Amino acid sequence: METPQLIFSIVLIVVIFLISLVVAMYSTYAERKVAAFFQDRIGPNRAGPWGILQPLADGGKMFLKEEIIPTNATGFLFIVGPSLAILTACIGSAVIPWGSAIQIGGHTFDLQVTDINVGILYIFGVVSLGVYGIMIGGWASNNKYSLLGAIRAASQNISYEISMGLSIIALLMLTGTLSLKEIAEQQHSWHWNVIRQPLGFLLFLVCAFAETNRSPFDLPECETELVGGYHTEYSSMKLGFYLFAEYINMFISSAVMATLYWGGYNYPGMDWVAAHTGPTVAPIIGVVVLFAKIFFSIFFFMWVRWTIPRFRYDQLMDLGWKILIPLAIANIVLTGVGSTLLTHFGY
Amino acid sequence: MITFYFIAFLSIFFSILVISAKNPVHSILYLILTFFTFTIHYILLNAQFLAIVNFIVYMGAILVLFLYTLMLINLNKDSEPVKPFMVKLAGVVGGGILAVAIASSLKLLGTSNPVLLQNPDLGLVKNLGKVLFDEFLLPFEVSSVLLLSAMVGAVLLATKEKEPKAA
Repeated sequence: METPQLIFSIVLIVVIFLISLVVAMYSTYAERKVAAFFQDRIGPNRAGPWGILQPLADGGKMFLKEEIIPTNATGFLFIVGPSLAILTACIGSAVIPWGSAIQIGGHTFDLQVTDINVGILYIFGVVSLGVYGIMIGGWASNNKYSLLGAIRAASQNISYEISMGLSIIALLMLTGTLSLKEIAEQQHSWHWNVIRQPLGFLLFLVCAFAETNRSPFDLPECETELVGGYHTEYSSMKLGFYLFAEYINMFISSAVMATLYWGGYNYPGMDWVAAHTGPTVAPIIGVVVLFAKIFFSIFFFMWVRWTIPRFRYDQLMDLGWKILIPLAIANIVLTGVGSTLLTHFGY
Repeated sequence: MITFYFIAFLSIFFSILVISAKNPVHSILYLILTFFTFTIHYILLNAQFLAIVNFIVYMGAILVLFLYTLMLINLNKDSEPVKPFMVKLAGVVGGGILAVAIASSLKLLGTSNPVLLQNPDLGLVKNLGKVLFDEFLLPFEVSSVLLLSAMVGAVLLATKEKEPKAA
């Protein structure tokens, strides 16, 4: 790798990392404001103008709270749990293409940390690793409620990973590549995959909710049954890490959904914009468009959380195994038949 | 080459920890680390697809289920059955014989250079797919039928027999 590209990559990694953290931080604020809006309240408004410093105040509180490790907890694993949760949440962003190639001072740079040719599978690996943070933490707490939460998380994640994988297979049959960069490039202008894969997107969306443990799938931390679920025994910043990991996961899964189905950094009329603004500004507009999609998606996550009540556990399993998986398989068959017929008749 | 030896050392180290750990949950966690080192081995061999599939399937699914089961059955010292001395002795002898057999058969095979690759692109998804669905289509499909029958069998074993209706 040449030196400018190397420097650019390092800068990009740092910037993406910071953006993930800041977005996650302000998602907590946004969540409370959105919840307040849906429930006809005002929401946090004391720290700074419109309560905009609230996340900083929360963070400060988390750091300063007393750190408690229960006597009967498995000491080392008790700390490994939240660390693993936040680690897996952060490494997912490495393969997401944030924009098309950008030209700065005669050099062309990719706005993507690394383009491995199995990008989607990498995301899957990270997602499936995410459950270990919850499982280890829940088990190491040595508490019945934590253990139940951890076990729920494990079975839920495994169940929904299957339909998530199947919904992706239908998409891959159309794109013919596993690289996220190429998938983003294929959706030039308005050729977004969601037009060709509406059912696949719906399945992926439901599974993304389940994989991030967001309501209505937040059974692992169901407070009406399990006190606090897997993080019952946690306090201070270790609790903060668990809560924070959820918001980072939400950001990353929104970015993945935007890239796979909603065209990534592409938007209608991008050629006209590119011709009028040049090769430095146009990719930046693309990045802005991608972030607009991501923010809407995060808002959608919150919208659902404050609208739909939590599932019962057997309903959750029924939905995963008896509805989503058959639908995903039907989607694969339909996609296969459809694309064969279209090729046959020469489209 | 140094990377390979380092990772190979880690694999063996974690495998030993798997069998020597007292707590079964710790044992599974070491097994996860062992599989993670296998993933790195695959990447060193430029088999990206195999690496990531090993990562998803073994680390992400199968071992989660292992951990899940172990957490549920709550093993501790009291419930652990103490095996008689003869069984332990038989285990040691059997294991030793197996180790000798594997070592001798490996010696017959002739070792290949683990780092130098004959065809570096072999492990990429495109080539792997072409080989699987062209040259090895029949074995591939047969093994999928085998997996399906295993799954049906498991479901059959797990379903409760219908209770006869009360007269």
